[in-house]
Amino acid sequence: MTRFFLVLALAWLVMLPPTADAALRPDELLEDPELEARARALGKELRCVVCQNQSIDDSNADLAQDFRRIVRERVLAGQTDDEILRFMVDRYGEFVLLKPPVIAGTIILWGGPFAVLLLGAGIAVMTARRKREGGEAADLTPEERRRLGELLGNDAVRAGATEGRK
Amino acid sequence: MRRLLFIVPAVVFLVIATFLAIGLTRDPSELPSALLDRPAPDFDLPPLPGRDEHGFSRDDLGGEPVLVNVFASWCVPCRVEHPLINRLAETGIVVHGLNHKDQAANAQAWLDELGDNFTRVGHDLDGRAGIEWGVYGVPETYIVDADGTIVHRHVGPLRPEDVEREIRPILESLKR
Repeated sequence: MTRFFLVLALAWLVMLPPTADAALRPDELLEDPELEARARALGKELRCVVCQNQSIDDSNADLAQDFRRIVRERVLAGQTDDEILRFMVDRYGEFVLLKPPVIAGTIILWGGPFAVLLLGAGIAVMTARRKREGGEAADLTPEERRRLGELLGNDAVRAGATEGRK
Repeated sequence: MRRLLFIVPAVVFLVIATFLAIGLTRDPSELPSALLDRPAPDFDLPPLPGRDEHGFSRDDLGGEPVLVNVFASWCVPCRVEHPLINRLAETGIVVHGLNHKDQAANAQAWLDELGDNFTRVGHDLDGRAGIEWGVYGVPETYIVDADGTIVHRHVGPLRPEDVEREIRPILESLKR
């Protein structure tokens, strides 16, 4: 049993995602841990435009490294996060942000799931209401009850048939 | 009501199919340029040592429509498109070169070998000017109009058909 858990633990370790800041080199980091933390947070939000689905912190592409350097320079220069992101967006478009902002062009993206949810809820409510208005299903005919009783091999249904007709 | 039950899924299917069809025909590696229809960015690049004294800066843009070609000696597709760039320059179109993240000696040797019809060449060793332009791959070619506005961007090597279909028609329309 112990061995089983050991194997399980090892398997879990293997499945852990590789450390997020794999691409960062020690000589890139800022000395001030607070500023470095800000640079990291920004780095996670910026797309490496060469590899497209990695953040610049995760990518070891040349351009990602240049982006990281620019982010750190600007953090050191005292720019706000918004100013730094704006600088990148001005040059590379909204695409450079990994999390798309809520703007006219992304309304479908952000609103779509909620619209579908509302639509589903609407359909559910309508169906439920219709069921209620439609009343109960029509009673079985005597002939159907007889057949059902035969299939079930007892008299209970046939008895119910007489009750139902009261 | 019952008919709606059939129409709604059909409509939903059509909408999704349309979006997917559009999505499938688009090239994900071709990013829209954020700088399109905006003034060319500020930059001031030193020359390749030995080529000339000028370098290439924002002040060289404007006055007449020009091409700006981002190239590097380490970039294989650049080698493929370069003869075409040279020929464009021979027909009287001004082409400036932005040498992207390249060692000066390598870039100069490359130009010596393949021909150098650039009017200005800027040496962008650390890629800063490239970032100002929103360059994310080499080669890239921009058309800048007489006002210094970026009117077109071509990502990847220029092929003869790109020149006929994009570059020349746009330059023609700018002349008028």
